[in-house]
Amino acid sequence: MGVFAMPSLGSDMEAGTLIEWLVKPGDAVKRGDVVAVVETQKGAIEIETFEAGRVHQLQAKLGQKLPVGAPLAVILAEGEDAPTETAGLVPEKAVPGTESEPPAAASIAEPAPLVRQFHTAPIPTSPVVSRSGDPVASPAARKRAAELGLDLSTIQGSGLGGAIQLTDVENAATKAPASPLPASVAEKADVTSSPADEMRRAIATAMARSKREIPHFYVNQTIDLSPASQWLEATNADRDPVNRILMGALFVRASVLAAGSVPTINGHYENDTFSPSIPVHAGVAVALRGGGLVAPAIVDADKLTLDETMDAMRDLVTRARAGRLRGSEMTKGTLTISALGETGAEAMSGVIFPPQVALVGIGAPQRRPWVIGTSVEPRNTVTITLSVDHRVCDGRQAARFLAKFETSMQSPEAL
Amino acid sequence: MSPNDIRTAFLEELVKVAPDIEPDTVGDDDHIQEDLELDSMDVLNLVTALHVRFGVDIPERDYPQIATPALAVTYLAKAG
Repeated sequence: MGVFAMPSLGSDMEAGTLIEWLVKPGDAVKRGDVVAVVETQKGAIEIETFEAGRVHQLQAKLGQKLPVGAPLAVILAEGEDAPTETAGLVPEKAVPGTESEPPAAASIAEPAPLVRQFHTAPIPTSPVVSRSGDPVASPAARKRAAELGLDLSTIQGSGLGGAIQLTDVENAATKAPASPLPASVAEKADVTSSPADEMRRAIATAMARSKREIPHFYVNQTIDLSPASQWLEATNADRDPVNRILMGALFVRASVLAAGSVPTINGHYENDTFSPSIPVHAGVAVALRGGGLVAPAIVDADKLTLDETMDAMRDLVTRARAGRLRGSEMTKGTLTISALGETGAEAMSGVIFPPQVALVGIGAPQRRPWVIGTSVEPRNTVTITLSVDHRVCDGRQAARFLAKFETSMQSPEAL
Repeated sequence: MSPNDIRTAFLEELVKVAPDIEPDTVGDDDHIQEDLELDSMDVLNLVTALHVRFGVDIPERDYPQIATPALAVTYLAKAG
């Protein structure tokens, strides 16, 4: 028998709000199945179970904000009898409450509740409801509704499939009565920060911890990008858009190959101990429109071809934008790759995501003079900066990573 | 398709790629990367969607020709 508890989805996470159950009592589950969706500072995350069996009881209710470790459900192993006294299952550190009262929820005063909590009440008549139970609305509409204190479930959407657009919110605002806010919501509105604020706070916590605990050092190298650019151009010319590859996928693939040969930059550092990882779970920093970023991992990236790596990145970016990442993707990363994109600054010395021990920062490609033999030619170049945890790794190993990366990028057809 | 229909269709696909963009606020000369902040993955997703919708295979060297709604309308009208 297992208690399915609120997982930690990062060192900075204290609590999450249960927004959707994807199972019900009696359902069979296997290891890795998504059983619930939890709203965190970094958006909605799908939570997987790590025990197989049958769902016996759902203990947490939708809309509850629960601390990490609080029990959410009881999962019985196949063939196991149901316990007679379920109250005894609740771990001691959580305060057992009545059914309508979330255990230990009262102890979480900060951070302020997410905007999403405003409409966790049943939404009986809403025409369009997403998987999470919220009405479908554009992020701009969602933001504006929160600013105005409007409940999205009361607004009729005019967008595709009844999705609520910004104009619908503006229209609803002009029609709303003079004092539309229930007192409880009005009170909360003063102290509630937006999802963007919550995201900023999560980044601040993780990055401050990183710079406090991890003695960073940096090595960088500018490499000739021309072979990769030319190969990519020729390869994509024969492909439909859906099968094209981005330079970013080559950077991820080259990083994964280099990580495979320099074990001291790939893994986790916890409790004063470094645990190298044999698989490379490549964290990919994804900037979110509207601000903030997340760095979900491509799990087992070392087993993927270049095309599969590209597919995985596309999937990850799409789900990151839609707020549909999985818990394992948020915690498994063993090395993060962060690229500035096609234009902009030429180099970036990034901050390592704890508990990882290195980060690959990739600048925007630049046209630069390049010495070949005794002549100088204009070439596309890119500067790679490896941020490294000095508790684990030294300069020589870090430099070896860059050398390996450069070698891979000179033979893109072998990536 | 009239230029206006093409523009509407282009904006529909753009908003699917970047749902926070309000189509009414997009100007004809807004650059999808510099002004609307699409990244390379967004641009590829837009090109993929336009390929499906218009049957036009936009090669990479033509990406600059769909960089604004005005440019895209001209390009898609010619290619379609």
